[in-house]
This record gives sequence, C-alpha cells and structure tokens, in this order.
Amino acid sequence: MSKVVSARQRAETRLGWLLAGPAFIIMLLVTLYPILQAVWDSLFSFRLTAPDDRELVWLKNYGVIFSDAIFWRDLGVTLLITVVTVAVELVLGFALALVMHKALKSVRGLVRTAILIPYGIITVVSAFSWYYMFDIKSGFINSWFDWIPGIGADTNWFANAGTSLFVIMASEIWKTTPFISLLLLAGLAQVPDELTEAAEVDGATWWERMKRVILPNMKAAIMVALLFRALDAFRIFDNVFIMTNGAYGTEVLSLLAYRTSIGRLEIGLGSAVSVILFICVLLITFVAVKLFKVDLAGSRGVK
Amino acid sequence: MTGCGPAQETTPTLTWYINPDDGGQAELAQQCTTEANGKYRIQTSLLPNEAASQREQLARRLAAGDSSMDIMSLDPPFIPELAEPGFLAPIPEDVAERTTQNTLEGALAGAQWKGELVTVPFWANTQLLWYRKSVVEKAGLDASKPITWDQLIEVARDQKKFLGVQGSRAESMTVWINALVESSGGHVVENPEAPADEISIGLDSEAGQKAAEIVGTIGREGLGSPGLPTQAENASMLLFQGDDGSFMVNWPFVWPATNSAIKAGTLPASLASDIGWTIYPRTDASKESAPPLGGINLGVGSSSKHPDLAYEAIECIVSPEHQTQYFVTNGNPPSDSTAYDAAEVKEKFPMAPVIRESLDQAAPRPQTPYYNEVSTSIQQFWAPASDVTADTPKNNTEFILQVLRGERLL
Repeated sequence: MSKVVSARQRAETRLGWLLAGPAFIIMLLVTLYPILQAVWDSLFSFRLTAPDDRELVWLKNYGVIFSDAIFWRDLGVTLLITVVTVAVELVLGFALALVMHKALKSVRGLVRTAILIPYGIITVVSAFSWYYMFDIKSGFINSWFDWIPGIGADTNWFANAGTSLFVIMASEIWKTTPFISLLLLAGLAQVPDELTEAAEVDGATWWERMKRVILPNMKAAIMVALLFRALDAFRIFDNVFIMTNGAYGTEVLSLLAYRTSIGRLEIGLGSAVSVILFICVLLITFVAVKLFKVDLAGSRGVK
Repeated sequence: MTGCGPAQETTPTLTWYINPDDGGQAELAQQCTTEANGKYRIQTSLLPNEAASQREQLARRLAAGDSSMDIMSLDPPFIPELAEPGFLAPIPEDVAERTTQNTLEGALAGAQWKGELVTVPFWANTQLLWYRKSVVEKAGLDASKPITWDQLIEVARDQKKFLGVQGSRAESMTVWINALVESSGGHVVENPEAPADEISIGLDSEAGQKAAEIVGTIGREGLGSPGLPTQAENASMLLFQGDDGSFMVNWPFVWPATNSAIKAGTLPASLASDIGWTIYPRTDASKESAPPLGGINLGVGSSSKHPDLAYEAIECIVSPEHQTQYFVTNGNPPSDSTAYDAAEVKEKFPMAPVIRESLDQAAPRPQTPYYNEVSTSIQQFWAPASDVTADTPKNNTEFILQVLRGERLL
C-alpha cells in the first residue's frame, strides 16, 4: 500500500475531524471524567456515610477484591452468561438472518418487524415479564410445562443458581437475538451475489458456499455482532437485578459493583470493582479485534 | 410566570419523602398543609418499595447535601447510619418533648441514636402470630397460651400444612433471624454503638444455634412451602390465605389486605372467621418472645432550608389523632399509646390490644451504622433456609467480622 497520502485524502481526514471532533470531545468529557474519578476513588477507603474517615489505601481495595471468592464467583457467572448467550444468539441470529435474507420481498418487511419486537422492549420490562412467567406463585410455566420431567407445581426456578441462570439467559437470548440477526443480515447483504452464484455453478454444496464464500465475506459483520453482544452480555445487570437480585449464586460483576457502591455506599471498594469491570471490557474488545484480525478501516483503503 | 400569584410563592414548600402506603401519608400532608394556613405547604415524594432501596436513595441524597430533604419517612434500623455522620437536623427540645409524651417504649428506642432522640416516632410495627383456627383446633393447641416454634413445626408436620415464614434473601430474613435470636435472650450485635472494627457478633451462641435449628428444620422439611427461598411478607400472606395455610408470622397489614380480598371476592368469606392472632411464637417455652419491631420515624435532613417548619409539620403529622387516622385507613399501628384507645381502632382492628402488647415486648434490629452490612451478610448465610446447619451461625459471624474490617466483599 502506498504511503503517499493524496491531497484529497488529507482534506477528507480534516473534514472528518471537523465533523466528528466536537462530539468526540464531548464524549471524552462525559466518559473520561467519571472513569478517572472512579480510578482515583478506588485508591481510597471511603464510605459515603462516613465522609470524615476517608483514607488513602492505594491498591488495597484491589487486593481485597482479587483475594475474595465472591469476585471470582461473580466473574465466573458473568463469563458463563456471556459465552452461553452470545454463542446461542450467534447461531439463532444467523438462522434468522438467513430467513430474512431469503424471505419473499412481500413479507420481508413484516418478518423483520416481527423479529425486532423483543429487542424493542425495555430490558426491565422484559425482565419483569420473564420473572412473573417463571415465578412459583404467579407464573404459568410450571402448569404449562409440567409434562416435562423435572418441572412441576413445586419447581421454584429462582431458588438455585442453575435454574435461575437458565431463565436469566433465556430472557437475554430472547431479547437480544434480533439485534445480532440484524447485524448479520447486513453482513449477508454485503456478500456479492456473483460470488455465491459462481460457487454454485462450480458445483459447491450449500455448506461449502457457506464456509468458503459467505462466512469469510461476512467476517467484519460477524466480529461487530460478536463484540457488541459480548460487551453487552458482560455488562448484564437488569435481568439479574429484577429476577434474583444476585441471590443464590447468580450475582454478576456489574451487580457487585452496584451493590458495593450504591447499596453499601462503599465508594472506594465499589469504584475498584467498576474499574476492574472496565478493564475486562477493554480486554474483551482487544481480544476480539486481535482474534478476528479484521481491519475495519481497511475496507476504505485508508490505513 | 411571576405574575401567577405571589402569595403562593412566599409559602415555603416542604418535601416529605414517603415510603409507599395506601395514600395515608399524602392525605396527612394535605391535612397538615390546610392546618398550617399558609405557613408552609407539604408535598410528598415517593420512595422505592423496598426498605433497602429507600435507604439507598435517602443516604445518597443526604450525603450530597440535597436541600429538599425536609421530612423523611425512615425505617428505624437505618437511622444510626444517617445520624452518625450528622445527616439529620437536631430535634428542638420542645418538639421532642411534645411528640414523645406517650410513645411506646420500643418505638422510642428505635428513634434514638446513642441515647439521643434523632427522629420523631410516627408509627410502630410489629409481627404477630396469625393462625387458622381450624388448624389449631385440630391440633388441640390452646392459642390463649404462648405457642413455641417447636409446636408450630410439629403441627405443620402432622397436618401437612405450610408455615407462613419469610425465607427469601431479603430484609425480611434478617427480621426473622433477629426475632429468633432475641427471643432466646441473645443479640445479633452485642455492642451496636461500637465502631466497625470493634463490633462483637452474638450469633455464634446458644441463641444462634436455636435459631439455626428452627430455620434449618423448616427449610429442609419443606414446611415453609416450595416457594420459601423466594418468599417475603406478601408471598407468605398468600400462602397463609390458601388451603395449606396453618400459621404465619407477619405484620398487621395482612388483616386489612385479607379483608379487602374477601370484599373483592377473591377469597372466601369464611376465611376471616377462621383467622386468629396471638403474640409472636417463643423459641424457648419458658422465655417471653421478642417480636420484630418495625415502623416509620420522621427525620429532617441537616441541609433542609426550613428545619423549623419541618419540625412544626412533623408535630402535626404525628399527632395522636393523625396516628389513629393512619392506622384505621392504612393499617399501620400508632407509636403513640393513647391512639390505641380510639373506638374506631378497636372496631376495625380487633387485634389492636395484641399489637400493643407485642410492641411492648418487641426487640429492634441491631441499631448500628453498619446495619446494612450485618443484615446483608445474614441474608447471604440464612437463605435458602434448607442450607442452614449448626455451622451457619459460626460461619456467618466470621464473615460479618471480615466484612466490617474491610477484608471481604459482600
């Protein structure tokens, strides 16, 4: 690739900065300030209801967190939810994207709208719906599905980690699969028809076309879908908060940060948990970009 | 806009942060505004449903110096945490004197911190033992005599009925454990006024062992119903109202709630006459029980712009007549002993004398600025009830101490 940058490219870059610059600066101000504040606060032993006892403890809060089984359990639960939901959503979302892609023109709009409905529902509202559906007192799941072994009138879904996490993950998958399927649909639409047609003429089977033509051409779309959903799933809060409030081994990292900062009013310790959460999110992004080796800027020929 | 009535604008508006109820506090705010005759106006602002969430919001606002915290409805166990850093405006001596003349002892204790009155008692709450007369009759129990937890367990076991207890991982679990420990003569926190690193926990004791035995038995034998791990006050009331109900420990709100359901036709009319009530069950047959104590006190934020007017408004709100009115309309018992003498109270709440007796022998939850830590730790170890063993009190004690020393997450 040539290192020489044309005048036009320079002008484009300048225009880009002019257009995006103000928003970029505002974003920096509103996101960077709280991040730095959290990093600073995490170095203190500071309780909101004991403002006079604020004490600089350097990295002690991090030591407490990393040596505590609760943190590792919560991290494990968060990772489990992330991996399971994203994996299931990717498969389901891709299947839905294929359906939408192939759907007859006359019903395409209707199918897309129908698929999008769960995503349009506010997470808290969907969390309550799922909670009431499975609740042992108000729920109908036990009576509808009592023909399945293990489900009966006495099944208390929210009384242990296994069944609670099942409901939490199911609601998460139900709600956000449409998002991933739309992103994948956009990727599918970008695969040139000539390529698939040529492969078909060459006698490639459906699976071979998928593996050698469609999926490689959708790499960027798949990465964006995976990354967005993984980050979203890793920061899961609403579903857990509403359904179990972290009881019986279902607590996730963001709930731990919330309970420590807001519930216990331990600003120092809570900020440290938040900073760790932030670093985890950065790590996920870094790993995803490295793993997929996709250069999103590359498609424009600018590096 | 400035021309829209200058007379109104000069009237200071007091914000009263209320916990959710049946509209009684909003009604009192209206009445006291009228009585103030233009001196002040009270507007209410609704707090979240859960006691813990109410505390969160109030503590955050108070710490931020929010000047709108004129009057606050406060749950007693959270008062020390707000009083210790000076978030509450001091009560004028004359107001303290006038508003606590006839306050029941338990309610008065809950309104204080380090021996000083820091909030004004508004209403007091306590749990009773509610029973189905048919179940008691069949068991041959004499409900006019004190009943023990062991007897409740035996009856539920024999008749294959459920006990209405609160086993969810929530504040109600702490209420239960505290009552069990206090009823055996123990204390969850031995020295609640001590600083965090000097607090001594009394769970690892004979009283704690007895509590673990009761909770564990109910949990393991399924006597609290399959819903026990997620069952708080409202759910246990629904259980008690059903066919499998036998006994229930719960606050008096269950009485008006049951009657309303009967009136609405969702419960059979015969249910009301099958419900009886008595004092909270004993853990030790020879020792008087210590029922849970709850209620609401009124406090004034130290950053309020009108503390004097706020206390004047509080005096109006907590007058015995208003407490009676609040009890009759919203089912929340008065903290003023004279309010129990009203004829309408006796008519609408036939259990009022038992409530009063219960309030006299009730024990508050640990009054420490670290109550939230203690309570949340208890919830982690005592729920689900089926996992409670003889080791629970010891393990819970170690955990609470580590949390208070800042060595562990919670």
